[in-house]
Amino acid sequence: MAIALTPAPRTPRTARRRPPVGRILAWTYLVGVLFITVFPFYWVLRTALSNNFSLDIHPSSILPTGFTWGGFERVLGISSQAEALAQGGSGASVDLAVYLRNSLIYASVLTVCVVLCSAMAAYAFARLHWRGRNLVFSIFLCALMIPGILTLLPNFVFIKDLGLINSFAGLILPGALFSAFDIFFLRQFMMSLSTEIEEAAILDGAGRLTVLFRIVLPMTAVPITTLTLLTFINTWNDYFWPLLVANNQQVEPLTLGLALFKQASPETAPDWSGLMAATLVAALPMLVLFMIFGRRIVNSIGFSGLR
Amino acid sequence: MASTIPRTEAAPAAPTARAARRSARSVSSRSVSHSPVHRGDWRLAWLLIAPAAVGFAIFAVYPLLRGFYLSFTTFHVLSPAQWTGLANYRELIHDGTFWSSVEVTLYFVGMSVGIGIFFALLTAVVMHRLTRSTVIRGLVLLPFLISGVVAALVWSWMLQSQLGIINIWLQDLTGHNFLFLGSTGWAIPTVALINVWKSMGYNAVLLFAGLQMIPTDVYEAARLDGAGEVRIFRRITIPLLRPVLAMVVILTIISSFQVFDIVQVATPDGGTANSSNVLPLYIYQKAFAQFDFGYASTMSVALFVMLLAITFLQMRLTRAGESDLN
Repeated sequence: MAIALTPAPRTPRTARRRPPVGRILAWTYLVGVLFITVFPFYWVLRTALSNNFSLDIHPSSILPTGFTWGGFERVLGISSQAEALAQGGSGASVDLAVYLRNSLIYASVLTVCVVLCSAMAAYAFARLHWRGRNLVFSIFLCALMIPGILTLLPNFVFIKDLGLINSFAGLILPGALFSAFDIFFLRQFMMSLSTEIEEAAILDGAGRLTVLFRIVLPMTAVPITTLTLLTFINTWNDYFWPLLVANNQQVEPLTLGLALFKQASPETAPDWSGLMAATLVAALPMLVLFMIFGRRIVNSIGFSGLR
Repeated sequence: MASTIPRTEAAPAAPTARAARRSARSVSSRSVSHSPVHRGDWRLAWLLIAPAAVGFAIFAVYPLLRGFYLSFTTFHVLSPAQWTGLANYRELIHDGTFWSSVEVTLYFVGMSVGIGIFFALLTAVVMHRLTRSTVIRGLVLLPFLISGVVAALVWSWMLQSQLGIINIWLQDLTGHNFLFLGSTGWAIPTVALINVWKSMGYNAVLLFAGLQMIPTDVYEAARLDGAGEVRIFRRITIPLLRPVLAMVVILTIISSFQVFDIVQVATPDGGTANSSNVLPLYIYQKAFAQFDFGYASTMSVALFVMLLAITFLQMRLTRAGESDLN
């Protein structure tokens, strides 16, 4: 190995030494994975823009067949029943606009509350000195080991006893106050911050709360944004808990609306173009978020992104 | 701009209780003992953790205890729970549906973990060798962003027996079309594959981050010694990646055990002849179709115990807490 005798540069350029066959195979594999990942998204779009009757005739057409916005109009409640039936809609109607609103309320209120509560707690664990701090923190962390399914039924019974079934409060409350993961994540970050600025502020007579809200929280903006995004995505996509506590269109989030729309469409000739349009509407906010914050989301999923 | 995320955020230790306790200890030993600055801290501290503590007590501890309690009762929500001792557990042992459901769940978990981790690892290694591109990692991550409901709907359309694109392609290739979700034998593998599709990218990105932590000089040394790709992978990558790999495996097991949305939407009512009646689905049916909350709680506890046992075993077998790096 003659090349090995020359001093190796710090950045590994070993790739050149390998036979290119391996690289070609590897790239082929990667392209294959990307295709399998992305193709379904394209297929949803293509189906959503197609007409149900042409779908029957040209099921394998790569481009939308019988192009129409009808699918979107149906699921957003813009087109009339007659129009919908004429385009091969099943007559099962869905008004995604309402579900969209519900999902927005559910996910954003829950996210803001839990991130704020966690940030406050994280500060108490990272910076304040009080008896029992480490004990309480360890106890909190044990919650990471409780699987969701175990608390789901008792939480439902509790929310029911409170009379909060079919209300946003019932939907939001169980997840709005406490998240062991968020507290751990933020505490870890706050402990890595230098204390100098805070100490200077305290010497200047600033209260602890001022320090928290004016200095520590702004300095923690990056991880807080990450957590906010992750929590929002998770809540937006949640299905099991809303299924238990919401059975009224006024509070049901999108995931539920979508599942109901699927159940309502006939087994024999489902309105696939409408279903895919609805699917796209449900996934779109996440895709937009991802286009804006993609880099941050990707980079934040290191070992801390485990949830 | 957004990519310059502080190192601490990208990789604090995995959130295990042990790691946290360790770091908690190191802080208290480092910090100055109660200086006047910290005199009034405890009052503020309790004020600040109050919301979290209330949430913890009411929505984590209380339901946990109540779940255990309900598993020993007959409880139909409308009337108060009645203590029946071990009756539910006795019923559980003789409940054929429960055991077939456990079987289905284990089958699903096995396939999800086996196939999912294999492809996640392969993808992570390939990405690590070929490209640092955030765009590619982002694309791979895409399915992680959508809900299980959406994933299930998309794939039930693509796998549909007459019009689904996959079936059309398969028909061209083999002359047959497949029922996939509607058949008894294929329902679970299909649902598991949908689950893999949804979670593989996330796991791959996690493993990719783990690969980036392995110092490059280890690889260079191995290559100088003339080690081939396969050998390097088996002797260096796998051992050094072990803690991350173990964590990803455990997380995949835990989430697969609790799968609900994909299965419920892709194969309503547990599929043809209960072929995809995973445990969470059975629990849900017991509680919300038959209103047998006591028995449903018993099954939740059983699921919890299974999870605990498997996680514990996994931790022991893979020595997940230790790294070969130091």
